Amino acid sequence: MTIWNLLIREILHRKMNFALAVLSVMVASGSLIGSVTLLRIHDIHTGRLLEQKQADLEQRMARLQDDTRKAMLKLGFNIVILPKDQNLGDWYSDDYASKYMPEEYVHKLADSGIVTVRHFLPSLQQKIEWPEYKRKIILVGARGEVPNLHKNPVKPMVQPVPPGTISLGYELHRSLEMKVGDTVELMGRKFTVHACHEERGNKDDITAWIYLTEAQELLDKKGKINAILALECLCTTDALPKIRQEIAGILADTQVIERGSRAIARAEARTQVEEQARVAIEKEIIAREDLRTVRERLASILTPVVVTACAVWIAILGFTNVRARREEIGILRAIGVRSRDVMVMFVSRHVLLGVLGGALGFVAGVLAAVYFGAAHEGTQIRMIDMDLSWPGLILASVGGAAALAVIAGWIPTMIAARQDPADVLRNDN
Amino acid sequence: MLEFNNVSKWFNGAQGKVTALKGISFSVRPGELLAVRGPSGCGKTTLLLTAGGLLRPSDGQMCIDGRDPYALSPEMRSRLRARTIGFVFQQFHLIPYLTVRQNIMTASLAVPLKEASERTQKLISRFGLDDRADHVPARLSTGERQRTALARALLNEPKVIMADEPTGNLDEDNAQTVFRYLSQYVSDGGCVLLVTHDDRAAAHATRSLQMNRGQLVQ
Repeated sequence: MTIWNLLIREILHRKMNFALAVLSVMVASGSLIGSVTLLRIHDIHTGRLLEQKQADLEQRMARLQDDTRKAMLKLGFNIVILPKDQNLGDWYSDDYASKYMPEEYVHKLADSGIVTVRHFLPSLQQKIEWPEYKRKIILVGARGEVPNLHKNPVKPMVQPVPPGTISLGYELHRSLEMKVGDTVELMGRKFTVHACHEERGNKDDITAWIYLTEAQELLDKKGKINAILALECLCTTDALPKIRQEIAGILADTQVIERGSRAIARAEARTQVEEQARVAIEKEIIAREDLRTVRERLASILTPVVVTACAVWIAILGFTNVRARREEIGILRAIGVRSRDVMVMFVSRHVLLGVLGGALGFVAGVLAAVYFGAAHEGTQIRMIDMDLSWPGLILASVGGAAALAVIAGWIPTMIAARQDPADVLRNDN
Repeated sequence: MLEFNNVSKWFNGAQGKVTALKGISFSVRPGELLAVRGPSGCGKTTLLLTAGGLLRPSDGQMCIDGRDPYALSPEMRSRLRARTIGFVFQQFHLIPYLTVRQNIMTASLAVPLKEASERTQKLISRFGLDDRADHVPARLSTGERQRTALARALLNEPKVIMADEPTGNLDEDNAQTVFRYLSQYVSDGGCVLLVTHDDRAAAHATRSLQMNRGQLVQ
């Protein structure tokens, strides 16, 4: 016979008392673990919500950016770099520059690492008379985009005109009854019609585009261009001073004109949408943080109340157990069992019910939190998602519960250990 | 073996001082069964508990096996009780959720014995409890319960048995059985302090003392 045997047999004899005490510890432990788990679920759900919103935002912005790029394509470039000595009055009235600059300027720009502009398009434009057809046209020499070597490659916005070909504006091909594939002669050189553009309602309708080198040869302007068309990265009007400064640092004898206000408006609208979405995300973050604070406060009030109530109940059950075993303790002490052994017996009882209650409470707390917490948040959470230190949490739950049971049962234990056997046995008769 | 020297015991209660023992002096030697008789409330149980090291005298001195238990620490006193004294009570005081065998073996909680199981079985056989060894007290007759209590008292082979009204709840046959076992124990060299108001005890006692109102009377 050992103290342990006695302990187990007593528990089996007084199952209800023991079970109620275990239940009490389970509730205390479960409420604590449940609070921790619920807050973790809150954090996970918050993370998912914000991730989703961020992903939605990025998707939306990507779509908007693509729309803006397409709009920009239709609207044309919004930065024009002209020779510094170009009279802008003449440029606005003629719609092309009369001063020239080296073609290498566009490469210099592309190689510079400039961040405010991209999609560089060198061009040579001049109003001429098409001698073969006695028509006034605008001749544009273009060679396609020069890639910005320092940025990620993007889709070119303008399809180049291949050498030996010509693209015609609406009025030209309509009035001259030309179609793709026809051969035309321009200033004594033959070209194959590459594209016939649709009506645009502007000077493009009387414009002919050929390859830049061929235009330079026809206009006797070898190695020269009179404009670089470029697209802003940061599509706001606030960027223009920065762009001017950056380009001035690279091409000192040029000047920068911004055009395409509709493109800017679209770009600004896009930025506004982005800003609104970010504000919405920040508001969501604040709302979730506030909610977490409320939940934390609730847990910090409720959990101690529950734990205290459970401790009181454990103590009451302890007193009841000691009272029921008064005679048993008396005879054990009379036959020589030490006060210390009686204390060990009762402490062991409380440790056991604490460990059992703590283990059960841990399971119940986690399951309840996962089920109810996830349901409340409208999401599915797996245990593995919670990224908690489960072994540590289990140990803390079981250890803490055992400590709670021992502390709550301390006074009844002391009463049992200090019980005077003579008091019991003297009242025997 | 057991010696009382002018022992007095009083209690201070709400109604004032209550004297339970007044100048008690006697001794019990090995091979003696001393019956202390007297009416209820005369102090017999107080005397027994004092003799058993469970109630410190207010005055006087007592010795068990040459040692004053009240001069020892509580732990040493418990050990002395475990090795030297066996108790038998009127209400048996068996642990309700233990079987006969386990109840007897509770005496080994205080004095761990390698041969506890063996001794328990011998006692079970000696007291005719073989058929009841695995029964809990609720399923035993009063005689069987008292025999179980007696077996428990004897597990550690004590030098003195202290019995407080051991036959109080027993019929004639069972009472005689208990007295027979106690007499046998005395014959084997032990000594018994028996407090009782049962007149049948006198027939089995080596000596009898009469007690009244906390004092021994002739």
